[in-house]
Amino acid sequence: MLHYLDKPLEAARGVAASRRGFLKILGGAGAGLIVGAMLPPGSLVGAAKAANGADAVFNPFVEIAPDGVVTVVIKHLDKGQGIATGLATLVAEELDAAIEQVKTRFAPADNARYANLMFGMQGTGGSTSIANSWEQYRTAGAVARAMLIEAAAKAWGVPAAEVTVAAGKLSHASGKSGGFGEFADAAAGLTAPEKPALKSPDQWVYIGKRFPRVDVPNKSSGAPDTYAMDIHQENMLVVVLARPPKWGATVKSVNDAAARAVKGVVDVKSGPFGVAVFADKTWPAMKARDLLEVEWDFAKAETRGTAELEAEYKALLEQPGAIARDDGGIDEALAGAAKVISSSYAFPYLAHAPMEPLDTTILVEDGKATIWTGSQMPTVDQGTAAAILGLKPEQVDVVTRWAGGSFGRRAILDAHYVAEAALVAKAWGKPQPLKVVWTREDDIKGGYYRPMYLHQVKAGIDANGTVVGWKHAIVGQSIFAGTAMESYVVKDGVDDSSVEGVRDTTYGVSKMRVDLHSPKVGVPVLWWRSVGHTHTAYVMETMIDALAREAGKDPVAYRLELIKDDPRKVAVLKLAAEKAGWSDKPAEGRYRGVAVHKSFGTYVAEVAEISMDGGSVKVEKVTCAVDCGIAVNPDNIKAQMEGGIGFGLGAVLRNGITLTEGAVDQANFDTYEPIRISDMPEVEVHILPSAEAPSGVGEPGVPPIGPAVANAIFQATGKHPLKLPFSNGDFV
Amino acid sequence: MRTLVINGVGREVDVEDDTPLLWILRDDLQMTGTKFGCGAGLCGACTVHVDGQAVRSCQTLVGDLAGTEKIETIEGVAGKAAEAVKTAWAEIEVAQCGYCQSGQIMSAAALLAATPKPTDEDITAAMDGNVCRCATYQRIRTAVHRAAEIMEG
Repeated sequence: MLHYLDKPLEAARGVAASRRGFLKILGGAGAGLIVGAMLPPGSLVGAAKAANGADAVFNPFVEIAPDGVVTVVIKHLDKGQGIATGLATLVAEELDAAIEQVKTRFAPADNARYANLMFGMQGTGGSTSIANSWEQYRTAGAVARAMLIEAAAKAWGVPAAEVTVAAGKLSHASGKSGGFGEFADAAAGLTAPEKPALKSPDQWVYIGKRFPRVDVPNKSSGAPDTYAMDIHQENMLVVVLARPPKWGATVKSVNDAAARAVKGVVDVKSGPFGVAVFADKTWPAMKARDLLEVEWDFAKAETRGTAELEAEYKALLEQPGAIARDDGGIDEALAGAAKVISSSYAFPYLAHAPMEPLDTTILVEDGKATIWTGSQMPTVDQGTAAAILGLKPEQVDVVTRWAGGSFGRRAILDAHYVAEAALVAKAWGKPQPLKVVWTREDDIKGGYYRPMYLHQVKAGIDANGTVVGWKHAIVGQSIFAGTAMESYVVKDGVDDSSVEGVRDTTYGVSKMRVDLHSPKVGVPVLWWRSVGHTHTAYVMETMIDALAREAGKDPVAYRLELIKDDPRKVAVLKLAAEKAGWSDKPAEGRYRGVAVHKSFGTYVAEVAEISMDGGSVKVEKVTCAVDCGIAVNPDNIKAQMEGGIGFGLGAVLRNGITLTEGAVDQANFDTYEPIRISDMPEVEVHILPSAEAPSGVGEPGVPPIGPAVANAIFQATGKHPLKLPFSNGDFV
Repeated sequence: MRTLVINGVGREVDVEDDTPLLWILRDDLQMTGTKFGCGAGLCGACTVHVDGQAVRSCQTLVGDLAGTEKIETIEGVAGKAAEAVKTAWAEIEVAQCGYCQSGQIMSAAALLAATPKPTDEDITAAMDGNVCRCATYQRIRTAVHRAAEIMEG
């Protein structure tokens, strides 16, 4: 009965699919890739029962309890971006459920049933969650609805076509009516329809309208057992680790006498993870960890500091690199340009610093393991832990909790923090729950940063302002190098995540050459909310702004000329400019800057209005226009734009990780201070109406804010900040 | 053993003097609504009320408490201001990841109890010690104003 599902699923299975999926995501191909609306095999249709023994299972995504509660199984991690609500909305829409009856729970680790259809494996990232689930979750809801209708029709002895559903109630003109719970068991035993009709947009009651966030009540009341940090198990020990202060260092010797003397400390063990303190509670573990006297072996450690790395990167900028794009004839084009401008940029390492420090609870007993955490790639965690513990992946349960932020930090191809917990559990060797807790200092110093990058650009225009040549060099670590995905994503020495947003620009640039150097550094790096676009959008948008001035043109008008073949970009730019009152002069002492960028299939334009006091920049207002296709949940789209703007702004204002002789200089929120309410501008978000399939909103709000503010600074001072963060003050 | 009065209930705990109130709440009493964010008084995720004042529980050592103070946490905080704040927080849908929101709510409730009609400047001053990495600040501000409206009735 599920034969129709087989064919599309082939595309979503296996390495070939994941290769294509990852590549296309990184290439920003967006929503066009969805491999099909399908329910995976193993869909337990046939009067199956959920784990609780009461709920009827309609498919891997929908369960209905006798009391009518609809549980939507969420295959993605919700780290604040609202995907649990989004997926619940898609199911509720097609099921015609009432808002009040819908609940969610996170899926187990399972690539077969819960793959991200763009990755070919389970995973949350690249702002793909709604895009890849759009057909799948609506179909899941529609299938369940059709089965409920059929069950009710049978029970009532009426034709199925005469049964209507609205707000969780099945009805017939004869006056018969009932809730989902009454028919759930019978319905789940029926044959699932092959191609349930999905609603047309005019029939939507939730999509594009309102569906309240499912997590707000718990998150507004301090509810227990919400985050992995809240896990408590009987007989549990808390583990805090001393990790190498420089990457690549190892433990030479430990004096743990003072640590062991702390009341509550149970043991101290060294291993590949560093030195682990095991205590009955968190505070003694933290206190004792800080009392450890560890002598480290730095023989194989990364000992370069930021200054040394910058010098090495600068030298590389002058040399030919791997060719990310070459239209040919770049030097001739620049030689023939009416004007050429050049700029060099420096971007620091950035920490994600999610509010919930990393943590994993693990219990290994009786040939199986349970892991409680909030991770974007649960099957990678599962496989990694299994390998370390000598178990089969199916012997490892990964229990997903709501994550207290991530911004990419919890999507880790080497599963390092779960691996660490598994190594600690292996070293402990007893069937006892262990909760490994990172402190904020561990987090800030812990690596897996947005890489440090240098850019150098020479751009030439003709007398009309047309861009005739663009020579661009980028130096920075490859995020994918050394990972399992390297061979799929790094092509001819070019990691697409280092150059996305540059080489695929839709600005009309007639000749472009992009050179990339990806030096090896011992600092682990990772995607950070919007990945390559965090730096490439900044360079592209500030360069275009500088070129507009050289051409004697208004920044918005100039962009519109150059992006005329990119209508969705044109539309967001026009809307943001109009809503920001771009054509009117800003008030005395106020300056405006604009930026527009597409990332992850979503188009965002932002106009920033700032005031300045010496070198201190205050962003007063940001006007944002976004085109993410169909707006599934407009209020959440606004929330993601507001948050993305704040997140990106905090980083460009004052965040940077620096190294001295290989050791991180920053430690906590004093030296790596996030944006605060006093820094936050008023944000106004406008969503473009669209009939396109939805793309993501978690990341695309981030890239334009840095350059929009920088372009406002350019209006105020005549200089763009080129060495980030702005607290370096190079524009004053 | 020492006794603390938490959300109106006397609780006995056996901990060292240098134990921060945060870890007593989270580990000894399993009241995990109060969050660990920085351990250094820099982020406000651990904010609770001690005799009505918003304090950072990660910097409040149990040895410095007399034991008679009225300690309130997100789980039990009550009163007109706190109820209004919780209602407004849900209505405005402030939370994203939500991890900081217990602390935000406790800071906002203390503000409104003392200043029922806060200005934007009052809000900035009272809330600037509470970090939200999701940057939900605009909604936090809106929700505090909304809570003030709710309190007015």
